[in-house]
Amino acid sequence: MRRVPASDEKAPPAKAKPPARTEAESATVLYDVPGPRARRRNLLWTVLFLAALAAVAWWVIAGLDAKNQLEAAKWEPFVTDGRVWETYLLPALKNTVIAAGLAMVLALPLGALLGIARLSDHRAVRAVAGTVVEFFRAIPVLILMLFANAAYAEFTDISPETRPLYAVVTGLVLYNASVLAEVVRAGILALPAGQTDAAKAIGMRKGQTMAYVLLPQSVTAMLPALVSQLVVIVKDTALGGAMLGFAELLASVRPMSANYGANTIACFTVVAVLFVLLNLALTTFASRLERRLRRGKRSTGAVVGAEAVDDLATPGPGERPPP
Amino acid sequence: MNALRTTRTLVASATAVVLALGSASLAHGAVPADHSDDDQITIGIKFDQPGIGLKTPDGTYTGFDVDVATYIAKQLGHEPDQIVWKEAKSADRETMLQRGDVDFIAASYSINDERAEKVDFAGPYLLAHQDVLIRADDDSIKQPSDLNDKKLCSVTGSTSAQNVKEKIAPDAQLQEYGGYSECLTGLENGVIDALTTDDSILAGYAAQDEFKGKFKLGGFEMSNENYGIGVQKGSELKGKINTALEKMVADGSWDAAVEKNFGPANYQNEPAPKIGVIVEND
Amino acid sequence: MFDFLEGYDLLGAFWVTVQLTFWSALGSLVWGTLLAAMRVGPVPLMRAFGTAYVTVVRNIPLTVIIVFTSLGLFQTLGISLGADRFTTINFRLAVLGLTAYTSAFVCEALRSGINTVPLGQVEAARAIGLSFPQILRIIVLPQAFRSVVGPLTNVLIALTKNTTVAAAIGVAEAALLMREMIENEAQLILVSAVFAFGFICLTLPTGLLLGRLAKKVAVKR
Repeated sequence: MRRVPASDEKAPPAKAKPPARTEAESATVLYDVPGPRARRRNLLWTVLFLAALAAVAWWVIAGLDAKNQLEAAKWEPFVTDGRVWETYLLPALKNTVIAAGLAMVLALPLGALLGIARLSDHRAVRAVAGTVVEFFRAIPVLILMLFANAAYAEFTDISPETRPLYAVVTGLVLYNASVLAEVVRAGILALPAGQTDAAKAIGMRKGQTMAYVLLPQSVTAMLPALVSQLVVIVKDTALGGAMLGFAELLASVRPMSANYGANTIACFTVVAVLFVLLNLALTTFASRLERRLRRGKRSTGAVVGAEAVDDLATPGPGERPPP
Repeated sequence: MNALRTTRTLVASATAVVLALGSASLAHGAVPADHSDDDQITIGIKFDQPGIGLKTPDGTYTGFDVDVATYIAKQLGHEPDQIVWKEAKSADRETMLQRGDVDFIAASYSINDERAEKVDFAGPYLLAHQDVLIRADDDSIKQPSDLNDKKLCSVTGSTSAQNVKEKIAPDAQLQEYGGYSECLTGLENGVIDALTTDDSILAGYAAQDEFKGKFKLGGFEMSNENYGIGVQKGSELKGKINTALEKMVADGSWDAAVEKNFGPANYQNEPAPKIGVIVEND
Repeated sequence: MFDFLEGYDLLGAFWVTVQLTFWSALGSLVWGTLLAAMRVGPVPLMRAFGTAYVTVVRNIPLTVIIVFTSLGLFQTLGISLGADRFTTINFRLAVLGLTAYTSAFVCEALRSGINTVPLGQVEAARAIGLSFPQILRIIVLPQAFRSVVGPLTNVLIALTKNTTVAAAIGVAEAALLMREMIENEAQLILVSAVFAFGFICLTLPTGLLLGRLAKKVAVKR
């Protein structure tokens, strides 16, 4: 079975030879298989590093305890008081998920479109797409959201209840589509020129080349970058809470800590954990998707898969993937 | 090619799910529950200021601003269950009114010239002053000039923070945070000596169970903050709200609200201000 | 129309933004490289640490990290980074927080750069007896850096805009001044437009210049 784990995942079985080198592979190739002396040295480093980590952890806990930040009253509500979840955290989590989800679904196609437009043969198309991308990449997302909010209030009759959501999603889409456009462009440019030549040789038109040859191959290569941008979307929803009054996860810290005796450290920690869990769910889903894409490709026995292309691009030792 | 199709299917189904989620919640948010629009009134308040406007774990709202707003709404013909509370962040208050997102705002909203150009104010309904909240056992701060070698804290960009920098204690160190809670953590930890903002807000914190006996108010009147009810420019609500406020003071409800929300903090409130009379800063 | 700008030190605020960006960029380049080295290195525990660090830090909103440097490190653990006035302490804390956050992204960019170095080169290096640190320093990293100028530019642009989060702990940079102006002037949109323009002035040239550099230094293969 061939698979490419997302960056955060454990290494695949040793036999597998995925297109891009995985963490374990790029690691093992950088140093020799440790002999007895190297193993001793590694052990020493491990012990030292562990000791340092333990010391830091102890110091942090002792410090928190000394300032009464660990006292039960500050943390208890999250366990004993279900209302904290019902009133503040869960509705906020729902808003975060909705805003992030909408933004992703809209930003991905728009980003792909802009990325392809930047590679157009027509100078005018390239110029327009380039200007759009550079402009929206340059402005802080928060300010984009403020503008969107004002524009919706001025020119549309979206209800005030949902306007912050629209504004947040608009800001996120404009910014992230421009970043994704760059990812897509880089992904397509990274393909060997031979791909385009071959497509031309068999008489494909430009659109066909893009749709049937270049995009499908570059998607798998782009996935890690795409996923990390999706994580950015999830986190950036938090900007909408600061000034637009969008009731997302991070904004829930304010009323929460105001009710439970300014337990700011506890509140921020809980919210941070929720964000990490949410994003881990996202990245796990994405890596499943990635694996499925690759499996699907293999089962059709595609003649030129992204794998082979990658192998051609960065020739390495070891076995070639079976066609 | 099959991979492309798989991607399409996956993306399409993901789109469908998210859009369904989104529209479901939009519909839920946009259509208020049982009432028709005519009976509804939308009021902007603070969600995170104990004693002023606070969203409690029950999902209800408490505080002086909330009580005043509820009274006004009643006078305007709206029962408490017809009020839709909406969070009015400081930075967003003028725009909320200009866009008509809310009918009026009662959110520790000080009347000043720049704001009065954008919106109209009914009231004032409370005269607050900038003050400090200090640890109960701290007796080194007796007058505003004592603050000069102290570590103060306030909310980022707020008028109180700017006042400290420019007038009250230019030599003091000022820590600015996104919210008062972080300042309180610092005050508890002994890193901050005084939290400064309007005494009404400080009283709300000092009155909380968690902080009883821990903090006290300095009692310095370092500025005059005339809290007004913000309404849209030229709105006819201004007159009606003023009438309601006068009635609230006359029938004793105003005193009761002050006692209920600020009483536990031993807060020496000013008498109810006269409508339309703004106490200027010297 | 723009008379509300009077009396505010816009340039001073943006200068703080530039300084924050500069020091954080420097810090995250160093720490991000170390993290990348840990993640590809021979010590399993360090690999695990590098992975865990990147996973956790990348998935937390920056605001939380910045607030933690002040609430956790400074207030609770008493780390003032050798300064005794809030302005300096907060500035350094913000640089620390921005560095901690941005280095996770630098690490990931660099790791993908390391992946572009042909295996044969590394094997050749091992064959002539170079040690792991030597291979990294002499063979792998120089090529990796050249191939990731593009991605690192994106990280730098993001960092420039991320410095606005430092306002959460009271660093007097552009976003903090923006909040003061919004509070005083009641001109939300006009004030935001001014600051949007300021950021365009900072990030657009960076993107264009480094984009050109990326093309110039790219390793031709």
